[in-house]
Amino acid sequence: MACIEARGLRKTFGPTIALDGIDLRVEEGRILGLIGPNGAGKSTALNAILGLTPYDGELRVLGRDPWNERDQLMRDVCFIADVAVLPRWMRVSQALDYVAGVHPRFDRAKAEGFLARTEIKRASKIRQLSKGMVAQLHLALVMAIDARLLVLDEPTLGLDILYRKQFYDSLLNDYFDHSRTIIVTTHQVEEIQNVITDLMFINHGRVALECSMEQFEARYAEVMVNPEHLAAAQALKPIHTRQLFGRSILLFDNANHEELATLGDVRTPSIADLFVAVMGPQTEAGEKS
Amino acid sequence: MNNEPNNVLDAPFDGPRNALVSATRPFYWSVRRELWENRSIYLAPLIAAGVVLFGYGMTVFNLPQLRRNALALEPTRMRAAIEMPYDAAAMMIMFTVFIVGIFYCLDAIYGERRDRSILFWKSLPVSDRTSVLSKAIVPLAILPLLTFVIVIATQFVMLLLSTVLLLPSGLAGTTWQLLPLPRLWSILFYGLVTSTLWEAPVYAWLLLVSSWARRATFLWAVLPWLAISAIEKLAFDTTFFIRLLGRRLTDGFQQGFVVVHYPSNAHVPIVDRLTQFAPLKFLTNPELWIGLVVAVVFLIAAIRLRRSRGPL
Repeated sequence: MACIEARGLRKTFGPTIALDGIDLRVEEGRILGLIGPNGAGKSTALNAILGLTPYDGELRVLGRDPWNERDQLMRDVCFIADVAVLPRWMRVSQALDYVAGVHPRFDRAKAEGFLARTEIKRASKIRQLSKGMVAQLHLALVMAIDARLLVLDEPTLGLDILYRKQFYDSLLNDYFDHSRTIIVTTHQVEEIQNVITDLMFINHGRVALECSMEQFEARYAEVMVNPEHLAAAQALKPIHTRQLFGRSILLFDNANHEELATLGDVRTPSIADLFVAVMGPQTEAGEKS
Repeated sequence: MNNEPNNVLDAPFDGPRNALVSATRPFYWSVRRELWENRSIYLAPLIAAGVVLFGYGMTVFNLPQLRRNALALEPTRMRAAIEMPYDAAAMMIMFTVFIVGIFYCLDAIYGERRDRSILFWKSLPVSDRTSVLSKAIVPLAILPLLTFVIVIATQFVMLLLSTVLLLPSGLAGTTWQLLPLPRLWSILFYGLVTSTLWEAPVYAWLLLVSSWARRATFLWAVLPWLAISAIEKLAFDTTFFIRLLGRRLTDGFQQGFVVVHYPSNAHVPIVDRLTQFAPLKFLTNPELWIGLVVAVVFLIAAIRLRRSRGPL
């Protein structure tokens, strides 16, 4: 069974189309990176998946209709939303008590174990914790829940590098086990390049690109072209060209890697570079609306 | 994979794992979280009780003289004079709790939308119905119960204080003899039950506004009703609506009783006899039932709005 299955997922806010008929299928055990510019519809898509907003079209998450079955769905789904949403008045011990009280799949001992590795004190109020500590606490709570789908919406926003690194390390080492599914959106795309198994670009409420990371590595190649080969390289129809230190960097889709190797240094592009190549012109056009 | 239905409650809980447990646990913990967040629910009436006791302690040195004056009055007024400080204490605590209830309801849902913690609450398997009802139960059951306990404790301390101070003058027995505390407490309990039922639509309306408004919850809670009253006054030159509102807000405690008045001071209502209990009058008043239906409608609307409204 697919973890998430959407067909023609649509959502409009008055005249604004946030989601324009998205088809989506996320299999169990995948880590999907959902990348898009601000206002592309990422958060709307996640909100629909989490049962926070009504939608048109078909959507099943773990076989359930999120809008009508949010409370049951949340036994199997966890999410960390874009900014620290833990209530600031709450004590750490109260947060543990509360989640243990309402969540049948919460393993308190596990959460205590994660917290023992941090500086977080049980008696502290959440408002007294640093932003990084709040993220650690939220992650400890979420990782102690035996959920099947974890949704992360900009989970590392505003955290320093150490916390950000640690966040994804914990997630991969202590949580992810191939029977779980994770969806993550972030603007810090370089952080998740080696974390995700699948990639999706979304823009203007539509899916702009969708591939697994294996496909990504097989399809896309970036070549730092030697000046004498530039004309030959242009003939192979790169999807994007940029200049760096006076040299041209060309990005190719589905080109022959051996052929490219004769033109210069070939490497796998970063997600960020591909993002610019795929979205760049469209985004400018879209900015008017 | 643990996705069979019988494993849904697979957690180290003691006791029977049945549907009732799974329905009441989130409710129980949601109510506890309301008490963690809103400590004014119990602090405000405790402070009010402290103020009452302090005030009583300040005047209590005149007590022997006051008591002698009271004993010289005719029986009805004598009892009223002895009861007066106890009634005043109860009224002050009840008024405090009423105010707490109003502001609690106005902020209950609005607050979690404003600080975005609603996203955390919604990330847990707790339905919107459970969440809103766990908030509604605060003014509808927890505050009245707290009022009852705190008023009784306060009056008991007052009684002890007056006994100690009246001992030297030999009048201590008169308080015990003339102050009908069990009767006052029965009136208090019955009055709290009836007034809570009477005021239920007020609290439900405030929760609805809290779930709906994007800002200025207090204005949204008050202005529509004032506007309707003003329009009624201008259009028909009547005050039906404003009086209806006034009855809801201020007459809660009298609704379950037959109110008699002092002959000399006709506008001060007194409720001090068990024979004045009028449950039949209360339960046959259509205004009560209309109010309860309206309260249910408001609560359902609040639940539906909480479901679709995200953080501000």
